Amino acid sequence: MGFKKKESREMPELSTSSLPDLIFTILFFFMMVTTMREVTLKVKFTVPQGTELEKLEHKSDVSFIYVGPPTDNLRGQFGSGTRIQLNDRYADTREVMDFVAQERQGMQDQTKQVISIKADQYTQMGVITDIKEVLRKSYALKLNYSASQRN
Amino acid sequence: MGKKKKMPGLNTSSTADISFMLLIFFLVTTSMDTDKGLTRRLPPPPENQEQNAVQINERNIFKVNINSVGQIMTSGAIRLECTPGDLLRLREMAKDFIKGLPHPGENQPPERSMVNVPGLGPTLCSDKHVISLQTDRGTPYAAYFAVQNELVAAYNELRDKESRERFGRPYEALNDDNKGAIREIYPQKISEAEPIDYSKLSH
Repeated sequence: MGFKKKESREMPELSTSSLPDLIFTILFFFMMVTTMREVTLKVKFTVPQGTELEKLEHKSDVSFIYVGPPTDNLRGQFGSGTRIQLNDRYADTREVMDFVAQERQGMQDQTKQVISIKADQYTQMGVITDIKEVLRKSYALKLNYSASQRN
Repeated sequence: MGKKKKMPGLNTSSTADISFMLLIFFLVTTSMDTDKGLTRRLPPPPENQEQNAVQINERNIFKVNINSVGQIMTSGAIRLECTPGDLLRLREMAKDFIKGLPHPGENQPPERSMVNVPGLGPTLCSDKHVISLQTDRGTPYAAYFAVQNELVAAYNELRDKESRERFGRPYEALNDDNKGAIREIYPQKISEAEPIDYSKLSH
């Protein structure tokens, strides 16, 4: 029949000139929606689930206290007991007071300071209560128990 | 002075690779987690030790104890487990008590009083009730959190209902003044006693 295939007709090359723009757009998107991870986690934790959660509004007023067992690669060195992590290192309950004071210094409105406790769900309440007592003594009264949303 | 030479175009084929690397760098170093949590307010530290002992009438206090394996015991010796069904029951019990019904261990309802609420006039407020939450040092954090969540849910549901009845809008949609008025009708009073170390008591 009539149609003859023309010999070696080349496929036009796909233009990739807009690819960088595309990737840059994704990059900017990610830069906006994410936050820099400030500390390297030395404890692992799964936060409990709840329904009545509120969003943490002003990130700059929030200080985090991490509570849980050491991460897998540190377990050989530190065992599997519950640890408190402040900034980049393990700390004692008493050091929470210094930590709170130190965090407070960098804040614009010190009365708005919020402490967020990111604790593993199997932590014993004794540890949490000790932290809370120290927080009370250091007048850091706004507390947030970090959790994930449950439906 | 010759003719103008045409500038050769800059090869931009690697820009994509560069931006890809930037993208991957950001993906690795940032975290997407939106921080959410249950917001609580701690009481200020006691000025002196004696000040701690405040006598509260038995009818005004609804006790919730959580033991070291996460079982819940409320006023009236009602035992609950940390299961969704039982937690919902706890929420209903707390709601009834805050609303002004007697808790299971009492015949008399908690005291309420007429308060001149700004914007609403004299209103019956549940201002005398206290929910006392007691944990053991060995209580799992998850159980404590679940109970706190239910208690806060009880308050939130009551406030929302009150707000819909009075203002025809959910509590979240109210302005600050009206929110304050609703909060005065149902003030959040969760008292957390020092945990008891049962393991030390038995020795």
